[in-house]
Amino acid sequence: MTLLWIPLLSLIGSIISSMTGKLTRNQSTSLSLLMPFIALCITISFAPAVFSGEEVRETISWIPLLGINIAFRLDGLALLFVFMIITIGILVIFYARYYLSSKDSMPKLYSYLMLFMTAMLGIVMSNNVIQLWFFWELTSISSFLLISYWWYKSEARKGAIMALTITGGGGLALLAGLLIISNIVGSYSLDVILASRELIQSHNLYEVALILVLLGAFTKSAQFPFHFWLPHAMAAPTPVSAYLHSATMVKAGIFLLARFYPALAGTDIWFIIVSLTGMTTLLFGAYVALFKHDLKGLLAYSTISHLGLITLLFGLNTELATVAAIFHIINHATFKASLFMATGIIDHETGTRDMRKINGMWRYMPYTATLAMVAAASMAGVPLLNGFLSKEMFFAETLHQQLLGSMSWIIPVLATIAGAFSVAYSARFIHDVFFNGDPIDLPKEPSEPPRYMRVPIEILVALCLLVGIFPNFIVDDILTSASFAVLGGYVPEFKVSLWHGFNLPLLMSAFAVTGGLFMYTQRRHLFTFQASLPPLNAKKAFDNSIYVMIKWCQRKIGAIENGSLQRYLMLMFLIVLLGAGWPLFEMHELVGTKELTPVSMHSAVGAALLMIGAISTVIWYRTRMVSLLMISVVGLMVSVAFTRFSAPDLALTQLTVEVVTIVLLMLALFFLPQRSPKESSSMRIIRDISISAGLGIVVGSICYALITRPFESISNFFIANAKTGGGGTNVVNVILVDFRGFDTLGEICVLGIAALGISKLLINLPLFMPGSDSEGRPWARERYPILLASISQSLLPLALLVSVYIFLRGHNLPGGGFIAGLITAIAFILQYIAHGSNWISERLTINYRKIIASGLAIALLTGVGSWFFGRPFMTTWFDYFDIPFIGNIELASALVFDLGVYITVVGATLMILAHLGELTANAPKEEVNI
Amino acid sequence: MELLYAASVGILVSCGVFLILRSRTFPVVLGLTMLSYAVNLFLFSSGRLSLNSAVVLGHSSEYADPLPQAFVLTAIVIGFAMTAFVVILAIRGRADLGNDHVNGQVPENKVKR
Repeated sequence: MTLLWIPLLSLIGSIISSMTGKLTRNQSTSLSLLMPFIALCITISFAPAVFSGEEVRETISWIPLLGINIAFRLDGLALLFVFMIITIGILVIFYARYYLSSKDSMPKLYSYLMLFMTAMLGIVMSNNVIQLWFFWELTSISSFLLISYWWYKSEARKGAIMALTITGGGGLALLAGLLIISNIVGSYSLDVILASRELIQSHNLYEVALILVLLGAFTKSAQFPFHFWLPHAMAAPTPVSAYLHSATMVKAGIFLLARFYPALAGTDIWFIIVSLTGMTTLLFGAYVALFKHDLKGLLAYSTISHLGLITLLFGLNTELATVAAIFHIINHATFKASLFMATGIIDHETGTRDMRKINGMWRYMPYTATLAMVAAASMAGVPLLNGFLSKEMFFAETLHQQLLGSMSWIIPVLATIAGAFSVAYSARFIHDVFFNGDPIDLPKEPSEPPRYMRVPIEILVALCLLVGIFPNFIVDDILTSASFAVLGGYVPEFKVSLWHGFNLPLLMSAFAVTGGLFMYTQRRHLFTFQASLPPLNAKKAFDNSIYVMIKWCQRKIGAIENGSLQRYLMLMFLIVLLGAGWPLFEMHELVGTKELTPVSMHSAVGAALLMIGAISTVIWYRTRMVSLLMISVVGLMVSVAFTRFSAPDLALTQLTVEVVTIVLLMLALFFLPQRSPKESSSMRIIRDISISAGLGIVVGSICYALITRPFESISNFFIANAKTGGGGTNVVNVILVDFRGFDTLGEICVLGIAALGISKLLINLPLFMPGSDSEGRPWARERYPILLASISQSLLPLALLVSVYIFLRGHNLPGGGFIAGLITAIAFILQYIAHGSNWISERLTINYRKIIASGLAIALLTGVGSWFFGRPFMTTWFDYFDIPFIGNIELASALVFDLGVYITVVGATLMILAHLGELTANAPKEEVNI
Repeated sequence: MELLYAASVGILVSCGVFLILRSRTFPVVLGLTMLSYAVNLFLFSSGRLSLNSAVVLGHSSEYADPLPQAFVLTAIVIGFAMTAFVVILAIRGRADLGNDHVNGQVPENKVKR
């Protein structure tokens, strides 16, 4: 379990920091540092095991059938990244304490930073590719939050959106690539994938998968041509830049290259794509960095360039190049983080980051200047510093490849040129900022920063020096174990040392340094040359392409979605018509082999009535009252049909529902126009008739084909077990309350929700209350006819008695909770109609919401009750009892469940109708023309 | 008999769909009601048609298929809940929008009655 704690602690830290708003800055910082610190200690405790070649694994089974597990592993590579992520994270948190002004929210930054830390830890430690991808996307999202930390600044928002778009898009490509790879090897486990190199590379989808995975890696690590989000992400606070662009976010892309190196690398296509991308990025970044006047802009392009260098090393397909790449990951993280932090101090103390204004800082902050200069020298690759060592290894490796055949010499030459540029921009960073005359128009008088703000930089610069001077002593173990992991269990002989003797790489370094310094002294000419080039504004191009894409989508959406529901419905019906109609043509015979039932006179008359009712509803559809009457005929005939075809329960339900529906629709008609205007053109009528006729024919044919074919039903089970298992002889009711009681529970929930929704819809309803009917005749003055009132009142007890009877017999004879509930509801509705809702509310105050709730509660608790007897949810129980005077009687828990159904149905039905009815009684009478 | 039954279902579907395609809310509600009749009859018929064989144990020698019946019973009640909701929505729409056109506004070129 301990491995899991590393990301978990960081997540807990994120939550804790978000709650430290009330504390002082120091308290908040110390509290925030606590969790990463514990995580670091745990990581260190794993280090000896990992260094000795062990891989620590932990798996929690989640959805084992789909192969989805929460799986973590810690090998050398992961350990190296975990170290970097947590250590630099701790330093950044500490640094941010002094960087943030009192206006900025500290808990917010800390919380986002640690969320990001969690995501990064998740990426490097995942042993399941889906999980890896999940954390990958989490870094995109949390970096979005971090970059847009100063959300009120336009460039921060834009930069954040750009970063999210590019890296998120790359993430989707990565997902596709990972899915293809998992499909090839048949597992989501990273262990399996890394061990299946031959299988993956011989598969014909290898190229596709490789390109997709590389797209993910390149967008994240800002490789050309996806690099442009990184400079715009500089709108973030400097601690964020220091964290994201030295050790974490961009390194996630590099990590991906390293992680999948054993499975994907070694082929020609890998070499071509990876090394060419890396080389282009290296040169491009180094060149552009020289011309940036913004300090952070310079560092941003320098970061791009160094990422290109690492990518190029991975692309060279040699073992030592891979070792060099891993070494440079460490070195770049240390010197770049310290440089960003130093830039933050300069920005903090001078109020600007423009190198044309910031000059001569040596006099104001000599201490910071020294630190920054050492770090910059490391970036340039000056001896005695760690940057020199990995750069030297890089130069050596460019010499040791034969990948471009006779043109292979071009790689070391280009590498030297890139090296010269990086010396030039490092020189500019040092000379322009700390020397080169006096500062110009600074917004603030600069001075040394608070003492502790420099501590993180001091630590990092000390590391640069220590690694640079005693490389074997400091990094040997971790470099070996990380290379061991990347190269798949084999480490070449390598020796990192300061002095290799006079050789070609040293000469290249010398060329780079002198060339770079020369370039810097001649920078005026270069700047003029650069200024004469056409400006290349990536942001504008990005914005434009996004704009064009959105416009395109809007046009397409506009073409499909014009706001007319009528049209959508028509299109959907058309699709149904085609989808359902097509298979009919492939059927040989419509009539099945089942013996047909003879037509009887009653059935023919019933069917004729039903059809006439339906057609009349359509014919008089504009006279709404008439069509309502006609549709009630249809409903009635449907219930007759159920009776005829041996479904008494259905017939009863249909009949009662029909009554309630028609009353409801009549009530509704009062609030709606009485007539529909003539609107449809003749063409539209023809079109609609064709669609509806077509659908009718198709559905009718399917129905005919279905019912004339014999079939095997699973229902024999229910028939056989209804009495013995469910204790009832009415099989339909036993199915409802017992076998499939869960369905019924869901259904009464739907009913309750619909009723609640309706009562909410009726709140504050501005009503059209016609004073007369559509012909202009006033409503009858006698609202509640005395005859109806007296009859309905005397009917009420009778109706209630009937409903109790229907309810009780339901288990054994047609009836049950639904039907009884509807009968009760109808009995009450009749009272509402006869007396008006005011009359009712004077006599009876009912909270229908509570009724629905209690009905649902009874049904649910009956189901839960079976748990207490150690049975699954909704197991029913029944037994027979001898009760004096009444006789032998059956008691079943299903009856209690049915009572819940009954109460819910009563409550919901009455709530719907009574609420609507009350509106007519309470709303002020006003004449509205319709 | 089967043919008559299927024809009835077909007619109900046709009428229902035609009404659903109308432009005012009330006919659409009627259309939905009609379509739910058709759907219920269709689902019910998947147990095939049988006469005088209600599934009450001991009351007849052979039994109809009880499962579609139980499903359709549920469907009828849910259909009612849906109809009620839609019709109240129509009232609300009329009250808030000032017309009962399904698109929420009466087309410009059409004469308003």
